[in-house]
Amino acid sequence: MAHVDHDHHEGSELSPIELRVKALESLLVEKGYVDSAAIDAIIETYETKIGPRNGARVVARAWTDPSFADWLKRDASAAIASLGYAGRQGEHMVALFNTRELHNMVVCTLCSCYPWSVLGLPPVWYKSPPYRSRAVKVPRDVLKEFGVELPKDQEVRVWDSTAEIRYLVIPVRPAGTAMLSEDELAALVTRDSMIGTGLAAA
Amino acid sequence: MRGPHDLGGVDGFGPVVPEPNEPIFHSSWEKRALGVVLANGAIGEWSLDQTRAKRESLPAVAYWTLSYYEIWLAAMAELLKERGIVSLAELATGRSESPAKKVSGKKLEAADVPAVLAGGSPYTRPAMKPANFAVGDKIRAVPQTHGGHTRLPTYATGKTGVVGAVRGNFAFADASARGDRSASAWVYSVRFRANDLWHNDSNDTVCMDLWEPYLEPS
Repeated sequence: MAHVDHDHHEGSELSPIELRVKALESLLVEKGYVDSAAIDAIIETYETKIGPRNGARVVARAWTDPSFADWLKRDASAAIASLGYAGRQGEHMVALFNTRELHNMVVCTLCSCYPWSVLGLPPVWYKSPPYRSRAVKVPRDVLKEFGVELPKDQEVRVWDSTAEIRYLVIPVRPAGTAMLSEDELAALVTRDSMIGTGLAAA
Repeated sequence: MRGPHDLGGVDGFGPVVPEPNEPIFHSSWEKRALGVVLANGAIGEWSLDQTRAKRESLPAVAYWTLSYYEIWLAAMAELLKERGIVSLAELATGRSESPAKKVSGKKLEAADVPAVLAGGSPYTRPAMKPANFAVGDKIRAVPQTHGGHTRLPTYATGKTGVVGAVRGNFAFADASARGDRSASAWVYSVRFRANDLWHNDSNDTVCMDLWEPYLEPS
């Protein structure tokens, strides 16, 4: 049986979706609305400059610098911008601090709002109906699907991103990390821990 | 009317399936799709809310089964056709068959991409009147949404919650989706008890950001 691969085509053998996107781009370029080099620059930005390592830097700074953590609580947009991570889909930021009593978790039930400036582009599961439908109703079941089980007396607070405010979860700093540098701490901060579907690595 | 996008609390979609070490893009067309949609936004022919409204007006089965970037592309093609910027035939061939229509914005140049992405577009607007609610106020979300684009999820309609924060005065999504970019309203973070939303004896909570026209005193 021939294996049909829909994503990887040799030479001119493009799939229908590849053809559609190519046609759309050529048309908008020919009409003068879009520049292919601008598209290249956008892709490069989200592949190399804007991603969850940015958010991890914010978290590591908050763990090590109490005055920065205070600033994050009061005005997350400004505090995050001071580290150089401002911009599209991060214009109005709020930082949610997890504690032993309260676990915050972020969703967008209506579309896929996500703090691009600190986490980059959202993963597929974040944009898909199972997460969007269930996070607000059965958050503890969803957390189990991520391998996270929380004590009953720790409140789970789900934040549905229904307006233009974007949320960054500040996970609990793992025990036994007092000696680590800010760089070493940043390496413990996973993307999912900043969405609230995970915990910082121990 | 509850659109296919209004997913909070809907049953039947199965478990979440996280993908270990998920790549940023799953194929090269996704990169071009992201780029072309963002770059084309600069022509200024529609607002973010109009884009969302178009995406959520796709047929339900399409909305639930297409991928994220496929939804983006389908909605953008509709907007381009509606505005008379491209024709169906042009979309099919990728060749221009008519002179370019004049648009409100201007082409995004590659050199401007870093500044445009780093600048974003703030959605706060100067307030014309004071906020009606304050932190700690009990509110009820209106019992029913209107037919058009709105950011009040159906699962919160008619439910009682508490104002946790006053977020500021923001462009009003419902009006912006209708083409009125001047309307704005106060936005509040409202906290609901999960038990009030789902009758499940849970002590957990759900917060969301709601514009003042969605709220009444309780």
